[in-house]
Amino acid sequence: MAGTGKAHLRDSPDVLLRIEDLVVEFPVGRTGLKVNAVSGISLDVLKGETLGLVGESGCGKSTTGRAIMQLPRPTSGSVQFEGTELTQLTGDAMREARTRMQMIFQDPISSLNPRRKVRQIVMEPLNIWKRGTDDERAKKVDSILEEVGIDPVRAGESQPHQFSGGQCQRISIARSLVLDPSLIICDEPVSALDVSVQAQVLNLLEDLKAEYGLTLIFIAHDLAVVKNISDRVAVMYLGKICEVAPSDVLYESPAHHYTSVLLNSIPVPDPEVAVTKTAIEGEPPSPVLPPPGCRFNPRCPAAQDICRSEEPQLRPVGEGHFVACHFPTVTPVELAAR
Amino acid sequence: MSDLIQASSRDIDGPLLELTDVTTHFKTARGLVRAVDGVSFTLDRGKALGIVGESGSGKTILSRSIMGLLPPRGTVRGGSIKFEGREIGNLGRKEMRSVWGKEMAMIFQDPMTSLNPVMKIGRQIAEPLQIHLGMTKQNAWATAERLLQDVRIPEPKRRLEQYPHEMSGGMRQRIMIAIALACGPTALFADEPTTALDVTVQAQILDLLGEQRRDRNMSLVLVTHDLGVVAGHTDVIAVMYGGKLVEKASTKGLFANMKMPYTEALLNSIPKLEDRSHTRLSAIAGRPPDLVNPPKGCRFAPRCPYAQPKCQTEEPPLVPTAEDPNHLYACWYPVGSPENAEIKVRLAASKGALAAAAGGN
Ligand SMILES: Nc1ncnc2c1ncn2[C@@H]1O[C@H](COP(=O)(O)OP(=O)(O)OP(=O)(O)O)[C@@H](O)[C@H]1O
Ligand SMILES: Nc1ncnc2c1ncn2[C@@H]1O[C@H](COP(=O)(O)OP(=O)(O)OP(=O)(O)O)[C@@H](O)[C@H]1O
Ligand code: SF4
Ligand code: SF4
Ligand SMILES: [Mg+2]
Ligand SMILES: [Mg+2]
Repeated sequence: MAGTGKAHLRDSPDVLLRIEDLVVEFPVGRTGLKVNAVSGISLDVLKGETLGLVGESGCGKSTTGRAIMQLPRPTSGSVQFEGTELTQLTGDAMREARTRMQMIFQDPISSLNPRRKVRQIVMEPLNIWKRGTDDERAKKVDSILEEVGIDPVRAGESQPHQFSGGQCQRISIARSLVLDPSLIICDEPVSALDVSVQAQVLNLLEDLKAEYGLTLIFIAHDLAVVKNISDRVAVMYLGKICEVAPSDVLYESPAHHYTSVLLNSIPVPDPEVAVTKTAIEGEPPSPVLPPPGCRFNPRCPAAQDICRSEEPQLRPVGEGHFVACHFPTVTPVELAAR
Repeated sequence: MSDLIQASSRDIDGPLLELTDVTTHFKTARGLVRAVDGVSFTLDRGKALGIVGESGSGKTILSRSIMGLLPPRGTVRGGSIKFEGREIGNLGRKEMRSVWGKEMAMIFQDPMTSLNPVMKIGRQIAEPLQIHLGMTKQNAWATAERLLQDVRIPEPKRRLEQYPHEMSGGMRQRIMIAIALACGPTALFADEPTTALDVTVQAQILDLLGEQRRDRNMSLVLVTHDLGVVAGHTDVIAVMYGGKLVEKASTKGLFANMKMPYTEALLNSIPKLEDRSHTRLSAIAGRPPDLVNPPKGCRFAPRCPYAQPKCQTEEPPLVPTAEDPNHLYACWYPVGSPENAEIKVRLAASKGALAAAAGGN
């Protein structure tokens, strides 16, 4: 049975999104082999919550985000959004559901149509969905542009390339907001920006979230960035979830060995601390032939025989804190109780 | 790590690199872009220098100016660049060719676009060895294999036969480093070598660069916008703003005794792991200056929280601190000075007054 367990799923009326046993596979040419991009993960997000999704390049973060949007549809598993099973939806119902979820991408400039004026780009979704009168559309677009710090007049005259990377990311954010979505999936929205612009965009997302009552999924590889914006963080490794915890808990008491690696990799802006850190060796194994048992076992300093044969299931180690590891660095709840 | 090709350890006194008032301007339709505007510093042999600043501050153009890798048309260069005591600031591309590879090498941000997609990795490393060092083909391929080992690529022999697209981003960047190291350069320029990579791979690559620098007694210039990246991997840091050098100090000295409000602001904008989640980040307001019409006085003044009338009219010179002659900064009211403390008190008071006024409604 694929999957790393569902102990961490919450039974709450406030659940906005619930993913269960999500699997996404891609064929490798005509070899009959497949890329195991996402291998049976389960997650939930409450209304108004920000869920951080963090992990190395290629671990399946973007694929998860796209599978939630049904772009493309997952190989198997369930995605429930606002009480509707998305994997069963087709046609207009699917299109309608997609307006309730929006995605923002890493490369702000190339994700905007280069030939159109910025104000038109932001207005486009309203035109497509024929929302409101011309007047109402214009008002809405201008107020959202103001909100994200872009001058609507300049936006009416200029194309994306006339704005900086950080400004283009603000424009993408404005565009994602015009249809009043309830969920925004941010896929590495600040990874291409320098640190000062990154801080501006992160602050903006926090403000907009409060103002519009948004729910966010925030994808990134930098745990310091993810921790700053998220309420809860899920750590992914090679298509699986290793650990789920409230952001502060994840940093204070990481339970999975891979989470420690991620924490150790963040460059610390302090020369006294920085020199004591050493990077993990090796590369993640191929998702075409993932190692049996715990997928982290080839690089894990604590791996034992059982790690190479049996897949660990997510189990609680604290309040809202779950880990999928046979030998976690924090004692599991069921053992602590004995 | 057996017989590496060592950095040419010619015993020449004095610094490896000496820049005096270097300017690089570009003629454009809008006017002259002052990308690098009067930068002076020296770099000692075997040391690692970090060049830090926001996007557009001139980091890349400064390193390209030193390497002599600038667009031939519309570029106006000034000042002096001495490498091992020899003036190279006025050399053309043709003359620089003898310097590239053996004396100085560069690795770029995007390893995919800088590798040849249709040439085997082995050939991309071996060919410069044959050309620059006159090695036989067989020798060059054997050296290439050892270089891949040095940059920790598993199964180097098999990898030599592969193409760039068959490798991950982290591996491609290792290949770039191997190519840059091939001819045993005295100085390696790494321009945002890890910006396109994820944090785990970034940590690996930075460790690798540090290790190779020590093993080869090579100088390293690390260009980045992230002060976190240079903190653990450099001896000296130069901070650039709007084409100017605004602070330079030993890495320890800089972090212990930051003088420039801009450096402080850059540091504060980085999310810190130890802060609680949802801690408001202190972003730097506004945008970097327009390099065609830079602000008069201090170029940071429009965005500086401590700016005073003097900052808007008079440009602060680069001066040493009282404690350390090698710690330079350009600011009228440096962080930690009594004048700056006074401004901080006034700012806090007016903020308090504002809050009180708002609360009183
Ligand atoms: N359309 C596709 N066809 C084949 N393989 C794919 C496809 N999309 C993704 N993959 C593979 O699936 C795995 C997961 O990719 P994904 O893009 O989700 O990773 P990620 O965590 O977002 O990484 P990054 O940090 O680099 O963006 C990778 O091995 C990737 O190569
Ligand atoms: N060929 C050119 N013609 C005109 N202006 C240029 C040219 N090359 C660079 N510039 C300008 O010079 C300034 C400095 O650019 P540079 O690439 O050095 O910045 P940087 O600090 O490396 O930024 P980043 O972090 O984005 O790489 C920028 O304003 C840039 O637009
Ligand atoms: S299950 Fe085993 S290999 Fe996996 S992280 Fe835990 S100790 Fe390491
Ligand atoms: S000189 Fe003035 S404006 Fe410039 S950094 Fe110092 S205090 Fe700020
Ligand atoms: Mg991705
Ligand atoms: Mg640059």
